[in-house]
Amino acid sequence: MRQTDRYFKFDWITIVLFLLLVGFGWMNILSASHIGESIDYFDFSQPYGKQLIFILLTFLLIILLLSIEAKFYERFSSIIYLIGLLSLVGLFLFGKNVNGATSWYGIGGMTIQPSEFAKAATALAVAKYISDMNTDIKSFKDQIRLCIIIALPAILVLLQNDAGSTLVYGSFFFVLYREGLPRIYLSIIVILGLISMAALKFGSLITIASTSVLIFTFHFLRKKRPSIIQPIAMLLAAMIITFGVNFFYQKILQPHQQDRISLWLRLEKDPEKIEQMRRDILYNLYESEKAISAGGFKGKGFLEGTRTTGKFVPEQHTDYIFSTVGEEWGFLGSALVVIVFVLLLLRILRLAELQKSQFSRVYGYSVASILFFHFMINIGMVMGLIPTIGIPLPFFSYGGSGLWGFTILLFIFIKLDSNRINEW
Amino acid sequence: MRQFLLFILIIIVGFTFLGRLFYLQIYSFNTQSLYEDNAIRKVYDYPKRGFVYDRNGTLLVGNQPSYDVMVIPREVKPLDTLEFCSLLKISKEQFIKTFNKAYHYSPRLPYVFIPHLSKEDYAVLQEKMRKYEGFYIQKRLLRDYQTDVGANVLGFIAEVTPSQIDRSPYYKMGDLIGKQGVELSYEEELRGVKGIKFIQKDRFNRDIGPYKEGKFDTLPKQGKDITISIDSKLQEYGELLMQHKRGGIVAIEPSSGEILALVSAPSYNPNLLVGRKRSRNYTKLYNDSINLPLIDKSLLRVHEPGSPFKSLVALTALQEGVLNTQTSISCSGVYRYGRRGTMGCHCGGGTRSLNLGIAKSCNSYFANAFRKTIDKYDNASHAMDIWSGHIKSFGLGQYLGTDLPIGKKGNIPDGAYYDKWYPDFNWGATTIISNAIGQGEVQVTPMHLANMTAAIANRGYYYTPHIIKNIEGQEIDKKFTTKHETSIDQIHFEPVVQGLFDVYNKGTAHFLQVPGIEICGKTGTAENFTIIDSVRTQLTDHSIFIAFAPKDNPKIALAVFVENGYFGARFAGRIASLMIEKYLKDEISRKDLEHWILTHSLENEYAKPYSGQPFKINAQSQYQIIDLPKNSETESQSITIPPK
Repeated sequence: MRQTDRYFKFDWITIVLFLLLVGFGWMNILSASHIGESIDYFDFSQPYGKQLIFILLTFLLIILLLSIEAKFYERFSSIIYLIGLLSLVGLFLFGKNVNGATSWYGIGGMTIQPSEFAKAATALAVAKYISDMNTDIKSFKDQIRLCIIIALPAILVLLQNDAGSTLVYGSFFFVLYREGLPRIYLSIIVILGLISMAALKFGSLITIASTSVLIFTFHFLRKKRPSIIQPIAMLLAAMIITFGVNFFYQKILQPHQQDRISLWLRLEKDPEKIEQMRRDILYNLYESEKAISAGGFKGKGFLEGTRTTGKFVPEQHTDYIFSTVGEEWGFLGSALVVIVFVLLLLRILRLAELQKSQFSRVYGYSVASILFFHFMINIGMVMGLIPTIGIPLPFFSYGGSGLWGFTILLFIFIKLDSNRINEW
Repeated sequence: MRQFLLFILIIIVGFTFLGRLFYLQIYSFNTQSLYEDNAIRKVYDYPKRGFVYDRNGTLLVGNQPSYDVMVIPREVKPLDTLEFCSLLKISKEQFIKTFNKAYHYSPRLPYVFIPHLSKEDYAVLQEKMRKYEGFYIQKRLLRDYQTDVGANVLGFIAEVTPSQIDRSPYYKMGDLIGKQGVELSYEEELRGVKGIKFIQKDRFNRDIGPYKEGKFDTLPKQGKDITISIDSKLQEYGELLMQHKRGGIVAIEPSSGEILALVSAPSYNPNLLVGRKRSRNYTKLYNDSINLPLIDKSLLRVHEPGSPFKSLVALTALQEGVLNTQTSISCSGVYRYGRRGTMGCHCGGGTRSLNLGIAKSCNSYFANAFRKTIDKYDNASHAMDIWSGHIKSFGLGQYLGTDLPIGKKGNIPDGAYYDKWYPDFNWGATTIISNAIGQGEVQVTPMHLANMTAAIANRGYYYTPHIIKNIEGQEIDKKFTTKHETSIDQIHFEPVVQGLFDVYNKGTAHFLQVPGIEICGKTGTAENFTIIDSVRTQLTDHSIFIAFAPKDNPKIALAVFVENGYFGARFAGRIASLMIEKYLKDEISRKDLEHWILTHSLENEYAKPYSGQPFKINAQSQYQIIDLPKNSETESQSITIPPK
């Protein structure tokens, strides 16, 4: 192997897509956070100034991550995972409360959010466990253990009142399924989701009636008919889910969460009232949709968005950063961002499938799943497709911890991927 | 298969997002210009509205500053109410009431606390204003009328209505716009263009600075001053003469089509619609359904023209060759046609030539001429089309296209008109003989009559009457300088003009002569009816008069219409003579005429239909004599409502 090939063993396509997102993301943070006409790029009291430092530090981080031996990540994954858990537990003792969530460590003037790093640590642990010779994902015991590995950080995050980040751990389902989790789990999740939505949208009675019709039609159409107990049990389960969902929705969810779901499922019929609810309850969403819509095909131009300049969308430089893209870059820019994300995800997925070692494959799959979840939920939320769930858009949203968390997640995989050739 | 789940989901989500983006940004995108963007506050800078001068350069309408005390309730700090109230000259209760009203309207938005402060109050208040936080003084420009007359011509300005805003995006809520008269016709010239400042707002509606550092801001463009063709002295004199009468006077300069005077009576003082009492006065004027002071009678009052129309009948007959200057008939005081048809005549009887026919206003003569014109053709309908074509070439029966915002079409019947009335086509000249003497289906406004007179004075052409003379160095619209030729040859005018001259010389208006001026005129008397308790009841005839002078190179042509003034020479004729003398000589030698007009009122005549009592009309009616007005200016602005 020639000396120059060393530099080409990294997957440059992924790196270019990553750089595109980070660079474009910073431009939008600049738009969303600058005040007045004059822009001092090195004004570190402003988000755009800080983010610039974060980005510069990211490059040091990347160099560090890529220079570490690939084997290190596999060998030390358990330890990294434990450190991750400890950092989450430590929050209960030393955490700083911001906006009702105790998710930050305050160090000097900076804050660090360990949950952003815990995702990568969990991904390493999951990869390590699955790739272990003794693990059989089809055995119930191993399924439970994997579940615990994933649930531990998830629960810790939930206890810090960060429901959005907890949901992200659900993305590991894709990984487990890819690695051989029985298909019945997928069916259960799909059916559970469908019945829950139907129960809220159409009411319990219609849902149960139509479910029973479906179940019994299916039962009697089968050539080899099993005992009648089976469809009856299924029906009972459906009924329990239906009533359970309604109970959960009405008694356990907080009013603002109810409203988000009620708007999402269009439970309110009167269009004027919906508009009113959107304006009152989902102010953020209302403004972000308007900002995106105001962009039109070509957008208003960089730093030209009046809604962005006027700070009409709250949290625009963090969770709602995509609305800036929408207003200033229009359909062209927004579609480009979506396409770049899709390309990045597909590229990671493709690389993961190419891996020879199971550890690398599982880890790659985890990276793709986690990024996909963030991408889907964040942009879906900003455009009003799914209920409001506050999680950042990877590489785009303002925040050092987030940027570094995702960078670590991605570049460990790039390092593992580069090792694919060496192992040959 | 398992590898594809995430792969497929990524693709699906990607396309869903693209679809949603397409929906939000392309499908439901509405072009948001800076003007519509509610993230940008627009602050307007209003220019000076243009002045209005009369043809002699006298300023008629200027501007005056007006000071409104504004309040933003949320920003008001505790204050010395007693002192503040005494400065504003209001009571404490009034203060509390207005303040609550303002708060109820909106705590954050400015509200007019006290409108239209006087200059003196403003001067005192201004020094102390800084003590009262949340209050400030806003300066506005109001119209300042330098005259008490010509309200119908000058018009007025008022706040735009929502439908006007819809029609023109230039206007914003609360802007002022011309609503009547030249204020409406020349709105765009007078108003200028307002300047605009764009200010970036944040989501709390606070200003955070000029948008793009004022790159798109514009300066206001001043409104243009206009000169109108009205002679304010003549206008004022006309309004004085029309006091206690209803109707209109239209005076036109024949050589240019410029309107010299446009009197509508009863009218109102334009100053009533400025300042603090504006809305109260406006409501009062608007609700006066008997006097209709806001309606311009000289432009909108449609009536039968009566005898002045005979001059057109004569011209048409001459043009069609059925009449010549020698043609004469014998009038027996009644014109008989068909088996039983009769038409009375007041000319006194005897042999009537064209000249005497006009001078004495002989009905028989013109009935004959009209009949011959129609009978010249085999088909009455066709004949009527030709006849009406000639009449319409004088501007009658159509919108004249003046630059005043209102007008009426009137009516000149043609063949199709009667074909519709008589579907069996069984009609002829005698069926419609009333048209010959300006009654029947012929309908005009005083403006039509004046224009017709101008066309006769010019011997065959007219310019579209217009009120504009000059817009600050800008040429006036070409359509006002384009000659409209009538379809009558010029040679036919001389005998008719001579006849009109003889009306003054030896005819129905001989007692109206003005020494030193050769006036041509024609009296008119139009029967009219109203409906009282669902009974058609005849009222005293309308008094109508047309005239122009001097006979050669005429300087003024006018039409006077006085409702229920009885015969033409009585009210309208006197007024016409006085107006002509006033315009041409600037002083009145016929003081007797002036005195008669000023001391005779028709108020009693107008009260009759509302009295509920039986009443007499025309010759049996009594004059109402009134005192000579001491001060014409104070009199002309009073609005009197006749007793019910």
